[in-house]
Amino acid sequence: MSEHIVPVRIYIAVFLALLILTGLTTWVAFIDLGSMNTVAALAIAVTKMLLVILFFMHVKYSPGLTRLVVLAGFFWLAILVALTLADELTRGWTPKPESWSVLLLTVRGLP
Amino acid sequence: MSTVVQPVDDLAPPESSRVHYLNAKYGVRSWLLTTDHKRIALLYLVSITLMFFVGGAFAVLMRLHLIEPQGTLVEPDTYNKLFTLHGIIMIFFFLVPSIPATLGNFLVPMMVGARDLAFPKLNLLSWYIYVAGAILALYSAIAGGVDTGWTFYTPYSSTFSHTNVTAVAVGVFVMGFSSILTGLNFIVTIHKMRAPGLTWFRLPLFLWAIYATSIIMILGTPVIAITLFLLGLERLLHIGIFDPAIGGDPILFQHLFWFYSHPAVYIMILPAMGVMSELITCFSRKRIFGYGFVAFSSMAIAVISFLVWGHHMFVTGQSIYAALIFSVLSFLVAIPSAIKVFNWMATIYQGSISYQAPMLYALGFIGLFTMGGLTGLFLASLATDVHLNGTYFIVAHFHYIMVGGTVMAYLGGIHFWWPKITGRMYPDGWARFAALVIFVGFNLTFFPQFMLGYLGMPRRYAVYPVEFQVLNVMSSAGASILGIGYLIPLIYLVWSMRYGPPAGPNPWKAKGLEWQTPSPPPTENFPEIPVVTEDAYEYAKPGGHRE
Amino acid sequence: MPNREGTVSEMAAHSAHPPGFAHQFEDMGQQREAGSLGMWLFLVTEIMFFGGMFASYIIYRALHLPAFETGSRLLNVRLGAANTGVLIASSLTMALAIHAAQVGKRKGTIIFYLLLTMILGAAFLGLKFTFEWHQDWIEGLVPGLNWAYSGPHAPGVELFFCFYFFMTGLHALHMIVGIGILTVLIAMAGRGRFNDQYYAPLEITGLYWHFVDIVWIFLFPLLYLIGGRYAMGGH
Repeated sequence: MSEHIVPVRIYIAVFLALLILTGLTTWVAFIDLGSMNTVAALAIAVTKMLLVILFFMHVKYSPGLTRLVVLAGFFWLAILVALTLADELTRGWTPKPESWSVLLLTVRGLP
Repeated sequence: MSTVVQPVDDLAPPESSRVHYLNAKYGVRSWLLTTDHKRIALLYLVSITLMFFVGGAFAVLMRLHLIEPQGTLVEPDTYNKLFTLHGIIMIFFFLVPSIPATLGNFLVPMMVGARDLAFPKLNLLSWYIYVAGAILALYSAIAGGVDTGWTFYTPYSSTFSHTNVTAVAVGVFVMGFSSILTGLNFIVTIHKMRAPGLTWFRLPLFLWAIYATSIIMILGTPVIAITLFLLGLERLLHIGIFDPAIGGDPILFQHLFWFYSHPAVYIMILPAMGVMSELITCFSRKRIFGYGFVAFSSMAIAVISFLVWGHHMFVTGQSIYAALIFSVLSFLVAIPSAIKVFNWMATIYQGSISYQAPMLYALGFIGLFTMGGLTGLFLASLATDVHLNGTYFIVAHFHYIMVGGTVMAYLGGIHFWWPKITGRMYPDGWARFAALVIFVGFNLTFFPQFMLGYLGMPRRYAVYPVEFQVLNVMSSAGASILGIGYLIPLIYLVWSMRYGPPAGPNPWKAKGLEWQTPSPPPTENFPEIPVVTEDAYEYAKPGGHRE
Repeated sequence: MPNREGTVSEMAAHSAHPPGFAHQFEDMGQQREAGSLGMWLFLVTEIMFFGGMFASYIIYRALHLPAFETGSRLLNVRLGAANTGVLIASSLTMALAIHAAQVGKRKGTIIFYLLLTMILGAAFLGLKFTFEWHQDWIEGLVPGLNWAYSGPHAPGVELFFCFYFFMTGLHALHMIVGIGILTVLIAMAGRGRFNDQYYAPLEITGLYWHFVDIVWIFLFPLLYLIGGRYAMGGH
């Protein structure tokens, strides 16, 4: 763990940035950007997360091993999401037998 | 040595005059409040052995029931509980902790040249957490059992089963934390506490294996934890995210479950492979062939193991496109395992081989693990899996790896390091006999199951068509031999703790820092932290002078 | 039987080490690095733990978008945003507590910032439980307990609210644990345990606290904001 002492003004600056980004993301949610709403919200969330990680959690001043560990965590979560989505989103790509359609309606009951 | 004649006391072995970790402090409190990694390893050894025999008892009951096609030993509902509890206990409370928590806890600090693990108190906590989880699991067994299968598939487990699912789910959840703490401790210790001169590529391969295992523990275990947590909530609230009535997908449970449970099987086999590298090199008196390949293959297994979980779900209605991806990746994951087997074979080749019990277990491992691994390829292949899934072929496949692989390596390791742990030698004649009994019993139990599965006998069924009876009787006969085989080491190992001849620091003349200490080692392991100047396994150069 | 005290060289070294030193380590630097790596590894397990629910949420949102958007619009954005601000402030005060120790400030300063962190954390929980959850209870939006929603996409909205309560509930549980740890830290600071040489428990707790903040940084948009609120003209 680095002995680097982050000056208070950096903490304050990060804090203000985080507040501004929170306000921004809330404001943007009320504007119709279509599918870009999701992208914007996630982009802002990722930015906020990076600010917290790099400055509040000192990763900017930490050894490479720490960064590797953090990256590994997010990468593994991405594996879980990606491969599960690969199943859930592509089930409809193959035609289902006719006789299954009745069964599906009663089980799901959702549009 | 002094030339003055010393009175020889035949009854007290020499080390009673020397202070070591076993006699440094006496009393129950000194064991239950210890932070010494070696004592914690023994605490784990006792608990894990207990759970092994509990899980084994369930297996014995199952095999006795299956002697008859319309078995009458237990009711079908009870049979469901037997295979469920056998699986839960064996996987979560025996196999997953087995080598890491016993041999790993004992050896990791010694192999890196440290005085203890990075977090000794967390280590003790991990044992108490294990015990708490085990008590919950045993409670759920006594209070009526669980009948969902160890896989807890929804919606049966979340909605329809009236058995103690929540209790055992909490027990496994709790046990997960024990796993996480153990893995965390090992990773930090290996990264931060290596002795001077001990670079990564001088580490014994056991440590590479433990390191890779720990990575899987850290990344995978939390997912089964959240999955069981969600399952428990759904049982409690009678509504939840796997409920189709509100748009939930029961298959999502399987995705989350297997995201951990497939890497979990590598948690179970990787440490065994680590033990194998230690045994093969010592009993061939040779350096490992291809150190780098074996080390990197452990890491490759850790990574790729997270990419293949869907091969447990080929017949669930999973998308065919996802299934294709998982199938290809499953073939890929076999490669690093095969690399290890080739390297062990090349190590043995032209070695100076001796056949003490640890080596017998190691040789057994090579054959049985290879068979288990190869049969996994039939299961990774989509078309054949459709036929073989849900049959005894699968049961045989994973028992060849878990029992023919992991348990054999575990026993081999226990025997190999027994003199270091206890300061006593076990009787090798009995040990070799037991190893052979186990080998014969194991094959008689599980080889017929490959045939049963191929012929179509489903798994998890309390009854079966009469044409399968001969193979089932063979399997049950094998199980009784196997059971006896496991009892024999229990007896002579316990016996040796009191009556076995004292072992010196290095009875096997093995390489490795742990063999530089007295047997048993002192509490602080090394009076001075060693400085490492040579590579691992400096036994003999191939083709050169042999010891 | 004798209790080994260690070799002579070890006992000499013992007196040279600061309080809080653990003897399995070679020096404080190694201990600090080990502690930090250990906490980061634990946080990785937390990423995967919360991650399981985030992954499930992402999947169901992809499969049932209209229902999830409907459910999201039933949440109180203003309270959610305010709470986000409260939590961010608590991360600032936590960082300032560590900073105070690093530059050798009096223990009173450290305690001040730790207390502020605790209060802000408690404020977050107070707002959540007494306003948001209470309101949801009154409106009959708690699955499994008093679900009474009869609007459009009812089954999917119920699934959404399962996620809402499970995820914010698990987050709140982590906050409560964090507040508990802060109490212990305040007690330690009160006994003068921390100074510019030894403040590792503060640092490690800080990592945990910031992580819990990051979870909320993602929970807020994923639950409250991706609901097509523009269609409602403000809620």
